[in-house]
Amino acid sequence: MSLLTTPSQTVGPYLRIGFLPLLIDAIAPAGVPGERIIIRGRMSDGDGKPVNDGVLEIWQADAQGKYAHPEDGQKTIAANPFRGFGRVLTDGGGAFRFTTIKPGPVAGPDGKQQAPHLVVTVFMRGMLRHLITRMYFPGEALNETDPVLQRVPVDRRATLVATAGSEKSIVEWNVVSQGPAETVFFDF
Amino acid sequence: MSKVLGYRRPYFDTQPAHLYPGYRSTIKRAPSKPLIHLPHTISEVTGPLFGPADIGPNDHDLTAQHEGAPIGERIVVSGRVLDENSKPVANALIEMWQANSAGRYRHDIDDHDAPLDPNFTGVGRVLTGADGAYRFITIKPAAYPWRNHYNAWRPAHLHFSLFGLGLVQRLVTQMYFPGDPLLPYDPMYNSIPNEKARERLISHFDWERTIPDIALAYRFDMVLRGREDTPMETTRS
Ligand SMILES: [Fe+3]
Repeated sequence: MSLLTTPSQTVGPYLRIGFLPLLIDAIAPAGVPGERIIIRGRMSDGDGKPVNDGVLEIWQADAQGKYAHPEDGQKTIAANPFRGFGRVLTDGGGAFRFTTIKPGPVAGPDGKQQAPHLVVTVFMRGMLRHLITRMYFPGEALNETDPVLQRVPVDRRATLVATAGSEKSIVEWNVVSQGPAETVFFDF
Repeated sequence: MSKVLGYRRPYFDTQPAHLYPGYRSTIKRAPSKPLIHLPHTISEVTGPLFGPADIGPNDHDLTAQHEGAPIGERIVVSGRVLDENSKPVANALIEMWQANSAGRYRHDIDDHDAPLDPNFTGVGRVLTGADGAYRFITIKPAAYPWRNHYNAWRPAHLHFSLFGLGLVQRLVTQMYFPGDPLLPYDPMYNSIPNEKARERLISHFDWERTIPDIALAYRFDMVLRGREDTPMETTRS
């Protein structure tokens, strides 16, 4: 038996009230091992205008490359202080910012490793369906062989890789929903 | 771990297109370049999991979150969260937000000329049970105008956000009420090409779940994506 999936609808302009109770901009609580980083950037549209009513949801593995999920062999989810989930809203200028630890490489197809990455889900008014993209880390050797990056045309890969910020602990990464500098989004 | 049991892709026409000019805001916000096909990896079939500790005692009852009772018609909205294979999705976190009985959101950018209700926030959260069931008690929201086109009104609706067992099951949608005369005029509702899929967004009057003398009830089941039958071949293109 096969049921039709429920269609997606936009979060609309008032998403803030619905998404507020679960805002998490510090993804790794104190004591979680790993290299601490700050990720900051801006969300903009096809005219380069800031998206002031957007949401990013972040999903990531821990420093060992393990997701807090039974399908990744993690049995004790309740006791794990690191859920690996974050949610941030954009501000009036389209800016967002969150802190986390850098994930380890995770398992990929054909026994290959995937380079450290965050999976990022994007919502905003004006999107009838949410989008999924990824953020990779600058200067990472595994980026050269990452099986997902390999699927992306070479000239668009840079949209998925953060750039080093003013300090070692900061990376910058923007989300552009449309246009020449459009972020790569995945059909998932 | 080289093979992952992926999820089925949406059937043709059952999801809205990213670009739907009838909903004006999509014009500058929808991606213009082709999406890149992503075979599901461990990063997409996993996702954040939630439990009872994430929910507060009155989160399911939007009529009991303030000192007084909100104005409006009390309703029960309940149903089940299933996947395409009819399997209940347990421990799914459902977030819900809505306008009040006058069609106004408690949000600083909502300038609709309709009263706020000091006793209504319009935000709820529940976790599904082992059978995928959930239940909210709330106030029936009213239609409200928006500036998408001349004389544009949104049909009464509840916003729902769901976290299933993996990232691929994430869903944000809206629930409508049966017989709403605004539905044929609503670009949001009509953005879904497939008529049967569109009708999934309309709740059903649910006489058996009404609370006598207290509240009418509406049933709204939600269906998330289901698993593929066999692990995805990693080399598919
Ligand atoms: Fe709305």
